[in-house]
Amino acid sequence: MSEAVQSVDATSRPLRRSVFQQIISNKTVWRGVIAIIAFAMLWEIGAQFKAWFGIEIWWVGKVPPPSEVFTTWYSVVQRPGYWESWYLSFFRVFLGFIIAQIIGIPFGLALAVNRYFREIFFPPFEILRPIPPLAWVPASIIFWPTTELSIAFVTFLGAFFTIVINVLGGARAIDIQYLRAAQSMGASQWDLFRRIILPGTLPSIFTGAAVGMGITWEVVLAAEMISGGGQQAGGGLGFFIWSSYMGGAMEQVIVGMISIGIAGYLSSSLIRYLGTVSMPWRRLF
Amino acid sequence: MQAATATKGAISIRNVTKIYDPEGVNVMAVDDCSLEIAPGEVCMIVGPSGCGKTTLLNAIAGFHSITSGEIYLDGEMLCGPDKPIADQGADRMVVFQNGALFPWKTLLENVAYGPIVQGIMGKKEARDKAQDILAEAGLADFSMKFPGEVSSGMSRRAEIVRALINDPKVLLLDEPYRAMDALTKSIMHESLLEVYDRTKVTIFFITHDLEEAIFLGDRVVVMTTRPAKTKKIVNVAIKRPRDYTVLSSEEFRLLVAEAKGAVHEEAIKAFEAGERELA
Amino acid sequence: MFFGIALWLVTYYLFNEGWKLPLFNKIPGPVEVITEWISRDPIFGMSLFTEAYHTNIYVSCQRILIAFSIATSVGVPLGLFMGWSKTFRDYTFPILETLRPIPILAWVPLAIIMFSGFETPIIFLATLASLFVTTLNTLLGVDSIDESYFRAAGCLGSKPRHVFWHVVLPGAMPFIFTGLQISVGVAWFSLVAAEMISGDFGLGYMIMDSYMQNKYVTMVMAMITLGFVGWLTSAMVRFAGDRMMQWRVRALALEGR
Repeated sequence: MSEAVQSVDATSRPLRRSVFQQIISNKTVWRGVIAIIAFAMLWEIGAQFKAWFGIEIWWVGKVPPPSEVFTTWYSVVQRPGYWESWYLSFFRVFLGFIIAQIIGIPFGLALAVNRYFREIFFPPFEILRPIPPLAWVPASIIFWPTTELSIAFVTFLGAFFTIVINVLGGARAIDIQYLRAAQSMGASQWDLFRRIILPGTLPSIFTGAAVGMGITWEVVLAAEMISGGGQQAGGGLGFFIWSSYMGGAMEQVIVGMISIGIAGYLSSSLIRYLGTVSMPWRRLF
Repeated sequence: MQAATATKGAISIRNVTKIYDPEGVNVMAVDDCSLEIAPGEVCMIVGPSGCGKTTLLNAIAGFHSITSGEIYLDGEMLCGPDKPIADQGADRMVVFQNGALFPWKTLLENVAYGPIVQGIMGKKEARDKAQDILAEAGLADFSMKFPGEVSSGMSRRAEIVRALINDPKVLLLDEPYRAMDALTKSIMHESLLEVYDRTKVTIFFITHDLEEAIFLGDRVVVMTTRPAKTKKIVNVAIKRPRDYTVLSSEEFRLLVAEAKGAVHEEAIKAFEAGERELA
Repeated sequence: MFFGIALWLVTYYLFNEGWKLPLFNKIPGPVEVITEWISRDPIFGMSLFTEAYHTNIYVSCQRILIAFSIATSVGVPLGLFMGWSKTFRDYTFPILETLRPIPILAWVPLAIIMFSGFETPIIFLATLASLFVTTLNTLLGVDSIDESYFRAAGCLGSKPRHVFWHVVLPGAMPFIFTGLQISVGVAWFSLVAAEMISGDFGLGYMIMDSYMQNKYVTMVMAMITLGFVGWLTSAMVRFAGDRMMQWRVRALALEGR
């Protein structure tokens, strides 16, 4: 078909534009930039209104303006305690998250594949699932000997329920034709599992993981805010926000919020990246 | 050609070229294609999958633009150099490959939809008329069902009814019976022929099934592989009204043979190119 | 099904009251919790028969109702619009995506200083959480609508407002309702967190408060009640969805699901 491509002369367009050129010429990108700038400007005006014109605007009036947040950010970023908080929070998130995947994925697959397992374990699972993970925090603190373990447990719970539901849904949605095709080619039960069910469920595993990641961050944050962040100083980003609030440093609170937003975004991007890498057959779309 | 009862729906495709630009790599779908379709004619377009036939249909219907050339309907320009994309409208009704009856409306509501939104009829009037037309098509008992509840044959028939209630000049069908089994298909063919005999609407029908093309059509236009160009035109002089006995007639078999050679050549080329078909 | 629940209850009982395993001895067992729950004069102050219990349930439910209503009535139209008009979406989506990764709880201090009192910040947090989920899912719902339906509507002579009411809205419904179910869950999640941190009534508060006073039985009672109410609200949304999408229910039934 390369003849068709070469014979084009009706419009003389260059073949592939560079990625950078594509981004710059894209209307959508510019509109996005304008929107964010407009948002920041409205925020600045709203927050500064009292100082400039004497009237306080509801709600926004009490929020520190972006200009102050920015200057605070600059000084916060230079403190090692800030980066320690990042490390601590990330550590907790990934710990709980990974354990949830290790236990949750097999659990979900077992539920999908084995009827007896499902009949026994699905009902209690469904009953415990609606209880918000945070409701478990006090129980977890009582139960586990250390604070770290109790936070890890609650984090685990948050991601666990999500991943199991996603795996279950994904495994059951696998087109039965793939299974039959494999069987007709002589696949054993184990083969079926390894070569059809597992890869077929991968997309749901990654979706579940991405959503679970978001929940995990929420939970870690809450746990840090409620339980005082643990014995170490600089006990995580949640603790950073809470203690900044207690100390009346609202600019720092916003710096913390944005930091966590970035941290959460990075974690989800990592998951999405791992997803694309492990599922090359999806790359074309 | 057809009796003088048909006076509208003449399509004139002149030197139409269409170039897509996915990802900055130009793909020519249609190359300088010209075709004249008389009013009331059943024009069948045949060619290998993905050769660009749907692009032509999309251009006539106004779903895609054309890069150069012109298309006229009854002397008025639909699209051309100043107006690369035609307006969509009820004068050119489309029946889609995978069916596009609104799944959330009953068959009756689907059929009544056109006249209501165009402001031609009030709700009650439209529904009554829809019920009548559905009854004519043998679907009276199913009018209150949703498309998801009836067989594909019925929903496709209902889709044609939905198109025809708007009294279009042209009926554009994009491989509408592709996904059906042979038995349902033959019923659909007879149903379409019956509808055509009544209304004499111009039909632009895309298919890859040569026998379907010759059975239904007045002319069969064989297209080349991508980029599409007219390769051969076969005139089907079988008298109307036609029924299934035509399928075993000598005339029919000769016509199939005539068209087959051309189609087969193009099919091999398309197979060897092995590209993914244009959606 | 009941076998599973029974097995779980039995295990819970054994771990706590039967064998008295060490880690479990601080948590009350099912027998204790149920006895307390149905007693007319509960030791720790709350049971099915006390007013305080029902007030807590009522307050939490009321907050959820308000948060969910606001989030749905803003989120659904917003999402529909974003899905339908590329221009609108180009301007609003980046703002949504920048704010969305910030966990809801990170907003707690901000909510407290922006809004006065206890009620408003709590409702704000639950609403915000629901809003993000609802808008996003609605947006995805519009995106999921097959192009053919838009084309068919165009052929049939629809004006933009017809396309909106007859194609965009019904077409996005399945996703909208999935989103609404998730949004109820998320609203509960945020509500409980907010109540635990800064509330004066409600199930989240009840958990925190009884924990602080070492009334563990009440705490477990609150947790189970929360689970049940959460499940109930989700089921209500699902039910409403099924009623509104009869066409889908019937078609899926025919497919044997």
